[in-house]
Amino acid sequence: MQSTSHSEDRIEAKFRELQSHREGALIAYLTGGDPDPNAFLANSTALIEGGADIVEVGIPFSDPIADGPVIQASSMRALSQGATPAGVLDLIGELSSQCHVPFVVLSYYNPILTMGLDRFLEKARESGVDGIVVPDLPVEESYEFRTLALKHNIDNIYLVAPNTSRTRLRTVLEKSKGFLYLVSLYGVTGPRDNLSPQALKAVKKVKSLTKGKVPVSAGFGVSQPEHVSAIIRSGADGAIVGSALVNIVSQHLESPNEAPHHLKSTVAKLKASTRRS
Amino acid sequence: MEPLRALEEAYNKFSHDLSFKKELAGWLDSFAGRPTPLYLAANLTRHVGGARIYLKREDLLHGGAHKINNTLGQALLAKKMGKRRIIAETGAGQHGVATAMACAAFGLRAEVYMGSEDMDRQKLNVYRMKMLGARVHPVESGSKTLKDAINEALRDWVTNVQDTYYLLGSVVGPHPYPTMVRDFQSVIGKEARKQILLQEGKLPKAVVACVGGGSNSIGIFHSFLHDLDVDLFGVEAGGESLLPGQNAAPLIAGREGVLHGMMTYVLQDEVGQVQTTRSISAGLDYPGVGPEHAFLMNAGRARYATVSDQEALEAFKNLSQLEGIMPALESAHAISYAMKLAKSLGTRDSIIVNLSGRGDKDVEIIAKHLPQ
Repeated sequence: MQSTSHSEDRIEAKFRELQSHREGALIAYLTGGDPDPNAFLANSTALIEGGADIVEVGIPFSDPIADGPVIQASSMRALSQGATPAGVLDLIGELSSQCHVPFVVLSYYNPILTMGLDRFLEKARESGVDGIVVPDLPVEESYEFRTLALKHNIDNIYLVAPNTSRTRLRTVLEKSKGFLYLVSLYGVTGPRDNLSPQALKAVKKVKSLTKGKVPVSAGFGVSQPEHVSAIIRSGADGAIVGSALVNIVSQHLESPNEAPHHLKSTVAKLKASTRRS
Repeated sequence: MEPLRALEEAYNKFSHDLSFKKELAGWLDSFAGRPTPLYLAANLTRHVGGARIYLKREDLLHGGAHKINNTLGQALLAKKMGKRRIIAETGAGQHGVATAMACAAFGLRAEVYMGSEDMDRQKLNVYRMKMLGARVHPVESGSKTLKDAINEALRDWVTNVQDTYYLLGSVVGPHPYPTMVRDFQSVIGKEARKQILLQEGKLPKAVVACVGGGSNSIGIFHSFLHDLDVDLFGVEAGGESLLPGQNAAPLIAGREGVLHGMMTYVLQDEVGQVQTTRSISAGLDYPGVGPEHAFLMNAGRARYATVSDQEALEAFKNLSQLEGIMPALESAHAISYAMKLAKSLGTRDSIIVNLSGRGDKDVEIIAKHLPQ
């Protein structure tokens, strides 16, 4: 546990650094504790070795309404192995004490509420968490949570969709820190063969409003290197890949020792697609 | 958030629109069969020995349950909003059937999500939905019951939001659903209050209704909220016991939480994972409850209790054999509690039980449990 050695605003610093190299960020997601704690640690380390710029860890929840079948199944695997919110934060703590990338945690609201907002955020900060996404807490309802997250120096990362109105986008932008999470399609998480037709239009619309104030990263259905490069070339600051990576975990449940190798090479290909030039 | 905002806007507009109200009232009268009678269950009253027990006969509505009050209202709203595809979740299948009926009548496409466990135990309603032209999607995730059907319907809605209307069946979910569904169901209480004043010349001592998500109970409670002398009782599914996983009684055995976009009482474990529920009645088998019930309980205006599977089966038998009325297993929970309550009151008092649905859909389950 090392709360003080973390410099502040590591997410925004990461985006600045990448921009100076003419690169977008690759944000790689895994579900915490899936398929078991040790395999999760090895898999997450592989993401970082493959070149992930930011690691996003999901806290498994019984009713993940924003997630498709791949992440639903990973949540159930983790829960069946006894994963808890505190346990997953501890795992992030182990990772962050060894790896120097920013960490984002994704959690549905009920587990946070159950632990207590302040206690959850304090523990998250102690574990080296830099930003948090709560998919079922809309900005309109988030005053208390946002204020506490700020106090603990954790960035509030909000989701916006292709149909989010300009008025609401401005409200969300005002409250966002770290980056803005653009849902690139209508739907839930899950790998798709093609990037959704709304994706690039949505990136351009959102980027025209942010005016560089906060980085924009696009996710949901972003699974292939071509998707990543299209997203970055259309102006996004980062691409978020989740289900495609979780799929690799679920394809190696019989041979979990092989998963890190595949994760590392997949992430390396995805990362190579974040160059702008 | 945008679809919810659009829905709220449309609802606010049409719920104050006279021609919309008139059109809906017409459908409720001539299609659904309103008003429903308030029936004095004289044999049951005599059997129990106590307050006079009145039944609000929502079981006589088209489709066999109160659900049609809400589906007609929302389907009409969807039509006005220009949506052609309607999705819904269903537990016992009554809301699915009522959705299929309203959609057929209005020329809308209906697709219903239903947990595969519920499809097994409420087969009759699955056939009815299909015959009415609806598509039924089995839900295999989680506990394969109502909660998971709602998850799946929400996932469908965010995917197809541009042409799809989500017709939620209870007073649960994100705003404006709890308010809107309550308003559409409040016709139950409006009628019942007038009817009891006509038949008894005074208000009842109590109103009793079962609570799953809580739409029939809120519907009958609503008109009595300001009658402070009328006690309101909501009856949750006690299942096999009040131990975790063996009931569906979040107000009694749950804790405050957030599920399906609402803050309310939720059956959950110590770290906030939602627990599986168990009740003999599929329509009550839900780990959350409408937030207005949570409010009414905390405000002390309504009281909540549980009735076990076994007690509900007994009540089913009693009402069937004493009155010639087979209640849905959901409503049998309310009957059971009302019988206990009536006994504790004087013969000059009256109580109203909301008989929210009829029991035809449950005969298979009941045949298994009550061999004779």
